[in-house]
Amino acid sequence: MQLARVIGTVVSTIKNEALEGRKLLVVQTLNRHLQPSGKPMIAVDAIGAGVGELVFWCRGKEASFPFKREDTPTDCTIIGIVDSEAHVTNQTSEKIVQERK
Amino acid sequence: MIIARILGTVVSTQKDERLLGKKLLIVRPINVDGTDTTGYVVAVDTVGAGFHERVLVVAGSSARLAQGMKDTPVDAAIVGVIDTVDIAAPE
Repeated sequence: MQLARVIGTVVSTIKNEALEGRKLLVVQTLNRHLQPSGKPMIAVDAIGAGVGELVFWCRGKEASFPFKREDTPTDCTIIGIVDSEAHVTNQTSEKIVQERK
Repeated sequence: MIIARILGTVVSTQKDERLLGKKLLIVRPINVDGTDTTGYVVAVDTVGAGFHERVLVVAGSSARLAQGMKDTPVDAAIVGVIDTVDIAAPE
């Protein structure tokens, strides 16, 4: 799973039946410092995310597991919304131990 | 999933029997702004996409989950034809 920012939407009328009614979003993957890294991808939304939100997504065959119909053809699915940027901490474990002292 | 543009077709007579009747297309991955990237993928069409259209391509084992693709030996499938892509302006 990786963090990503939702940056846009995709509209597709003609699509695989199993994808009908699913929201397609453009996501920009982020590194652990929340800076963009890599190319944007198209993700199926499983939880109701919107443009501008910080989310995490799942790749591979597992991306189809959130849907009741496991035959949903997706390799990239948004499976969670991060509460806020403040909820992503990047301190190394050593730093955290030092702070606790 | 990635966005790709259809560049051409592939004709194959001698192939795995589970691929019989499937349309094979050559697609090139493109950026969300519509500009081309390099490289290509041979993908199985499941929606009836046409030449030069922008399509959604699923890669990996998920490609087999599309309708009519159960147990077929494919790792890339076209699962949608794209109408529009809207990118929000950066904050």
